[in-house]
Amino acid sequence: MEFFDRFAIPHPSPAIYASMVAIGLTLIGIIAGLTYFKKWGYLWREWLTTVDHKRIGIMYLISALLMLFRGGVDAIMMRAQLAAPEAKLLDAQHYNEIFTTHGVVMIMFMAMPFIFAFMNYVVPLQIGARDVAFPRLNAISFWLFFMGAMLFNISFVIGGSPDAGWTSYFPLAGNDFSTSVGTNYYMIALQISGLGTLMTGINMITTIMKMRAPGMTLMKMPMFTWTTLVANLIVVTVFPVLTVALAMGTMDRLFGTHFFASTNGGMDMLWANLFWVWGHPEVYILILPAFGLYSEIISTFSGRNLYGYKSMVGSIVIISVLSCLVWAHHFFTMGQGAASNSFFSITTMAIAVPTGVKIFNWLFTLWKGKIRMTVPMLYSIGFIPLFTIGGVTGVMLAMSAADYQYHNTMFLVAHFHNTIIPGVVFAMLAGLTYYWPKMFGFMLNERIGKWTFWSLAIGFVLAFFPMYITGLDGQARRMYTYSESTGFGPLNMISFVGAGIMAIGFILIVYNVYYSTRYASRDIGSDPWDARTLEWATHTPVPEYNFALTPSVNSTQPFWDDKKNKHKLFPGNIEKIHMPNNSGLPFIMCSIFFVWGFSFVFAIWPLLIISTIGIFVCMAYRSFEKDHGHYIPVEKVKETEEKLGGAKL
Amino acid sequence: MKLDHSQPLEYSTHQNQLNFFGFWIFLGAEIMLFATLFTSYFTLENRVGSGPSGAEIFEITPVVIETFLLLISSFTIGLAVHAMRIGRQKAMIGFFVVTLLLGLSFLGVEIYEFIHYVHIGAGIQTSAFTAILLTTLGTHGIHVTFGLIWGTMIILQIKKRGLTAENAGKSFIFSLYWHFLDVVWIFIFSFIYLKGMM
Repeated sequence: MEFFDRFAIPHPSPAIYASMVAIGLTLIGIIAGLTYFKKWGYLWREWLTTVDHKRIGIMYLISALLMLFRGGVDAIMMRAQLAAPEAKLLDAQHYNEIFTTHGVVMIMFMAMPFIFAFMNYVVPLQIGARDVAFPRLNAISFWLFFMGAMLFNISFVIGGSPDAGWTSYFPLAGNDFSTSVGTNYYMIALQISGLGTLMTGINMITTIMKMRAPGMTLMKMPMFTWTTLVANLIVVTVFPVLTVALAMGTMDRLFGTHFFASTNGGMDMLWANLFWVWGHPEVYILILPAFGLYSEIISTFSGRNLYGYKSMVGSIVIISVLSCLVWAHHFFTMGQGAASNSFFSITTMAIAVPTGVKIFNWLFTLWKGKIRMTVPMLYSIGFIPLFTIGGVTGVMLAMSAADYQYHNTMFLVAHFHNTIIPGVVFAMLAGLTYYWPKMFGFMLNERIGKWTFWSLAIGFVLAFFPMYITGLDGQARRMYTYSESTGFGPLNMISFVGAGIMAIGFILIVYNVYYSTRYASRDIGSDPWDARTLEWATHTPVPEYNFALTPSVNSTQPFWDDKKNKHKLFPGNIEKIHMPNNSGLPFIMCSIFFVWGFSFVFAIWPLLIISTIGIFVCMAYRSFEKDHGHYIPVEKVKETEEKLGGAKL
Repeated sequence: MKLDHSQPLEYSTHQNQLNFFGFWIFLGAEIMLFATLFTSYFTLENRVGSGPSGAEIFEITPVVIETFLLLISSFTIGLAVHAMRIGRQKAMIGFFVVTLLLGLSFLGVEIYEFIHYVHIGAGIQTSAFTAILLTTLGTHGIHVTFGLIWGTMIILQIKKRGLTAENAGKSFIFSLYWHFLDVVWIFIFSFIYLKGMM
């Protein structure tokens, strides 16, 4: 039994045992449900083996929503613990584990897949392509992400969660101070999902560069496609840095090397530098596509084309370059001297300039527009002032001398939530509402959507603005409690109330999905928002091949021109269409990757060797496989088009 | 599959062209990977702790042998691609085999070198310097190993199915990969070995 001791939880609590039972029951429920309704075949044929970018996008979306709730529960527990001084809800160890998993889950397993959901679903439609450049690789990307996320999530019931913060600074994350396997989970799970992200990066860049519809030059691409392109260029640039850092961290923990140790020449600051060389551009990987979504939405609901298209593109590119030159601002106080602090101070502040340009472009797009206050538009309008506040506090933090006051306080926590929630989360929810009809064929309820927006916006302000004050007063982040004499109590209680209101907002999203699934009209046509870009020019539901005829493009808003300016969007005749075949290999290979990761975490070497061989066998099988896809004959295309209400010509 | 005969065989299908483009992006990511390793190497180069420094353990003979083996293999893979373009399947397979044998010999010398380092007390756990040295060399070595398996499978496929557009595309991508490993080795040779020995 000694072998199994390693899987025990080092710091068990009733909540964790309850979660174990809950996970077990859910699994049994899912398996029983699939068997009872005879859905195993459907699941395998339509989802697990799919290479269709639209279905992969929807799977990303579902994963992201699930992870949003996991990370959200962590957040509520933290706010509950801090709501009153000297609270006893969580002890220090559990608090450490929860803020660590909250950070990792929200960034890596919620925000990233949420963005990939839109990239996958929208970009091929927006550029008039039939799929991404490498559909099979796309499925592998998704399953690698998914298996990485699952591996990370089982940590709290098998072996213990990571507890060294989402930044996992060494030597804290080394074996001496993080004795459980938690940090192994962090290293390996991020490695696996990071591989998937890198592949998505390559796939998206190739798709956008090589598969645009005729006439769509780079400067005629829709803004979301532009931001996707640039964000994926950042992915390809910085994810290898994370790969190396994680590999070195894994070796320190499992193979006794001294990269980041404080003995035998090791250098803990090397981890901090490598982590943030990846970590800072990472936040721009999140925010740039969010900016892209806002651009699409603001343009659609203002009834105008985007103001300052060229300056938008320019500022995206400038932001992407600057984002790679600011990493040291995360540790101004860790002793690198005035000269380098000044350099990183200035580059950081410089990012405010292109971002400001974008803010003004959105405002000028609204100017004299025919504004329709739909739910996506509400999020976008709310985003502009709230995000600007976050940007201004960012510039405050960028001043390295002043940063000695802010560093590692709640001020910082308030700042980055102030950019990520109105910036990324609002964009994701706006995008969710905006693209929902395209994905599922009915609209989300506007009334409930507006309630959701206001709960989230008000909850956000209540939850995070008080932290600016307590932070300036010196409340440190990542501390599980504080004494009553600090006077932080009332403001933290307000934060807790705000977090509760946000929780209501998220529950309203679930209710909205349920309500709209039951009651919303299915007769909405293919263009319910009166939009401007190509993704709205095809049918709803989108046929497997996206477009029966390849669209012809002459501006940044070809669909609008088709509707209003007599542009002929679909020239030519229907021909047979080449599509890729489904394959179970990505799912199987990535499941083996899960076993690989699990055996790595617990240093079970025989299993690790077997699963490594398994992965290579899958790759060899793929290499020898003859798979040239299939053709959909013209009659079949015409039939499908008829069924969807006639060919789009 | 549509074939475009105005192009070399490996460029004749759209999917191949996409594959090449994607692989170039992947090589960009690989450059970042090795750049990170080199940066870490330069950072940790002099942090030898109680272990030996580079000047104390580097030996020129095996390194020069490795360099020649790899450089020649880069030449022979170039010849293989040339043979492929003029449609000489047998010559192409021959040059592929020579390339992989040279790669295998390189790997043999590198394994010998690693055993030597461990033997003289410069193992991966000795110091930050030895750890990053062996990690950087090892990452390159693992790439070569992967290339050997990959190249073998391409040879088998050409033997089985002949010089199709698909196989030509795979071979061309493999040659890009192999040249890339050679370029990385030149950096390793110059900035790790030569710099360390000076």
